[in-house]
Amino acid sequence: MDVSQYLEIFIDETKEHLQNLNEQLLIIEKEPDNTDTINEIFRAAHSLKGMAGTMGYKRMQKLTHQMENVFSEIRNGKMKVDANLVDILFQCLDALEEYLDNIQEAADEGTNDNEPILKELDAILNGESAKQVEEESKKEENADKPKDGDGDIRKYKEFVYSDFEIHAVQEAFDKGLKVYAITVQVDETCLLKAARAFLVFKSLESVGEIIKSQPSVQDIEDEKFDQMFSICIISDNPLDKVIGVIKNVSEIKEAVGEEISKIEDIKPKEEKEVKEEKEEKKAETAASDAKKPEAKKPAAKPKAGGKPVVNRSVRVDIEKLDVLMNLVSELIIAKNGLISTSSDGTGNNSQSFNEQIEYLERVTTNLHESVMKVRMMPIETVTQKFPRMIRDLSKKLDKKMELVMTGEDTELDRTVIDEIGDPLMHLLRNSADHGLESAEVRAQRGKPEVGTVKLDAYQDGNNVIIEVSDDGNGIDVEAVRNKALEKGSITQEQADAMTDKEVIDLLFRPSFSTAKKVTDVSGRGVGLDVVKSKVESLGGDIEVKTQLGEGSTFVIRLPLTLAIIQALMVELGEEKYAISLGSIQTIEDIPVEDIKYVQTKEVINLRGTVIPLIRLDSVLDIESKEKPDSLTVVIVKKGDKLAGMVVDRLLGQQEIVIKSLGKYISNSSKIISGATILGNGEVALIIDVNTLL
Amino acid sequence: MDTVKQAAVTDANQFIVVELGAEYYGIDISNVDNIVKMQSITRVPKSQEYFNGVINLRGEIVPVMSLRRKFNLDDDEFTDKTRIIILKPEQQEPIGVIVDMVKEVVTLTEDNIEKISVDTKDDKAKYLNGVGKNGDILISILNIANVISDEQ
Repeated sequence: MDVSQYLEIFIDETKEHLQNLNEQLLIIEKEPDNTDTINEIFRAAHSLKGMAGTMGYKRMQKLTHQMENVFSEIRNGKMKVDANLVDILFQCLDALEEYLDNIQEAADEGTNDNEPILKELDAILNGESAKQVEEESKKEENADKPKDGDGDIRKYKEFVYSDFEIHAVQEAFDKGLKVYAITVQVDETCLLKAARAFLVFKSLESVGEIIKSQPSVQDIEDEKFDQMFSICIISDNPLDKVIGVIKNVSEIKEAVGEEISKIEDIKPKEEKEVKEEKEEKKAETAASDAKKPEAKKPAAKPKAGGKPVVNRSVRVDIEKLDVLMNLVSELIIAKNGLISTSSDGTGNNSQSFNEQIEYLERVTTNLHESVMKVRMMPIETVTQKFPRMIRDLSKKLDKKMELVMTGEDTELDRTVIDEIGDPLMHLLRNSADHGLESAEVRAQRGKPEVGTVKLDAYQDGNNVIIEVSDDGNGIDVEAVRNKALEKGSITQEQADAMTDKEVIDLLFRPSFSTAKKVTDVSGRGVGLDVVKSKVESLGGDIEVKTQLGEGSTFVIRLPLTLAIIQALMVELGEEKYAISLGSIQTIEDIPVEDIKYVQTKEVINLRGTVIPLIRLDSVLDIESKEKPDSLTVVIVKKGDKLAGMVVDRLLGQQEIVIKSLGKYISNSSKIISGATILGNGEVALIIDVNTLL
Repeated sequence: MDTVKQAAVTDANQFIVVELGAEYYGIDISNVDNIVKMQSITRVPKSQEYFNGVINLRGEIVPVMSLRRKFNLDDDEFTDKTRIIILKPEQQEPIGVIVDMVKEVVTLTEDNIEKISVDTKDDKAKYLNGVGKNGDILISILNIANVISDEQ
């Protein structure tokens, strides 16, 4: 069978399964008795085996088969999960990933048989249950069968009908039509279950009307079902014919059903409800049995569907999206041109013209947002591999640590997502290696034995903030200062004059590492400077907050969009500038006499908050002739810092397309983040207020 | 473009001759993307002193530099003959240079171009590839790569 056309699907699905396995293994390491997780792992290993087998990857199949055997032992309670076993299983996953990498590159799994791992798995199987093994594997098969086999296939019996569906059935009876409940089982080796299911639905439409399916049609389309799905169909054909139609679809293993003859059959019975309640209770007790019910529940829940991260999707080349985005940009510029022509004040524009323009504006804004959204991905796609990394680091460094992640659903532009993974990984490694102290030191300081590394992502206006923090040692400013002196990066005078913040900024200079010894994990002196330049190349910035002895936090600020923003247009002298609306808090009129001086710097007291004033005209070397009695002050915000930007005039809000200034013009101060083309063809520069705070 | 390529194959190249003060400069035509009339230039604060700013060239932002400022001549006086020559060297972003006026296009062969020895006293020397002779007129052939590079 030529399977090359399925290669991409195979690679994607394998990746998902491996990621899933990684996550589940991490859970099971903490909660060895979690049956849900064990089942999930078993299923994933089983699917992997099936897929690898179908694609003809024998080595991969062999390895997964062995894994599956181990899990079936665990599932049957014949074997306990211990640290050693989890380690080996992680090795298995690494080996599988290696196969997958090979397949991705050369469509071949490579020649590594991974004998040692296979042997270890064998040893585990034999050691733990040497005599039972054969028996058990047989039993296992038997135990497995009834579930998938014919005996228990009539899943439609578990149907719970809603009032609406009962009504529909009643109507069908009234019309003299027949109603069947059918369960369809897809072949185990079927690669495109959803497509098969779709064909079944499609062909059934020719013989009747489907009123119910379990799981829902949406879930079936998303392949969120195992091997079986059940439907309820209204038809005027006999049952045999309907079943025949289903079986005509290839790769359908079995279809069984029966006629529903009385409306009472499907009415919810007391008994049924009781049973359900019982089941719910069971689930609840199972959950509370586990050691950490809170931790487990959210982790297990989204996985139930089988496809947590990837939604129903179409693959689109990112370049095509770029083209689309550029077109949207052009459209917005053209629209701005129309607006400026219409407001040029000839006065004879009809009202309907303005209405049309407003309509166009709405459409372009929505279009822009949609295109942006298409390019957005949850940050989860990069963070999901971190728990495993921290686990490995924990073993390697022999420090106990725990990774807490929040806000993984925060969305970022695809191009940013692709680039941000490595810097984040680096920061996490840094925190784990340099940040967290050894167990003894932690004990001395009265900190919990297990160190915490946190990754927190959230949206803040037009920015996305990612914070990587630890409750470790914090940055020793004096050590950094001395090290810089020692290395000759700064002179003694400079060292004396530097503030703590400036010293910490030294860490971001190339070839600066304070780790006393070079470890495997980090400390080769390539690091924070790379992180910084990467973040800056994405239009963001990074800063550090630290408290010696208590920990440090790296704050990465990234722009939400790279292309189009809402901006406030302001005028300074004769020049026009744009300020991103996302950073603006308020706009105030401040009488000149309200300006106070603190350390010879201008400040204003705005409703109890002292805010420094920044004269944009002097920052931007603009000669300002006007000496007004009252200043127009745009209050901007970065994190928890505020500042007031003094401008000459406000021109209004506008949607602007960000264009780069190119590489010729040096922009060392980074005040100007780009340029935009106004409706009348003029160029206005965009001020990045973050650099002024 | 074909003619340019052909010219490059033989050892004759076409040059756009521009006037800057009292001197003539030649720009290899293969580096030239476009010649536009003077238009409003948006100043970019904190940029290099010889950059006038950026212009909107059919929806693209293009930086514009003053050759006069780069060569330490008197500052530009914009007239209706002032032109911005948009240079687009291979594999690079476009950049505009302001000249007093565009005179003509000439074809110079290698024989007509005299290499100049690098005179350490003269900063301008690195901006030149040589001096071409077209009849009585001397044309300083610009080394575009050095002109648009950041170093002064």
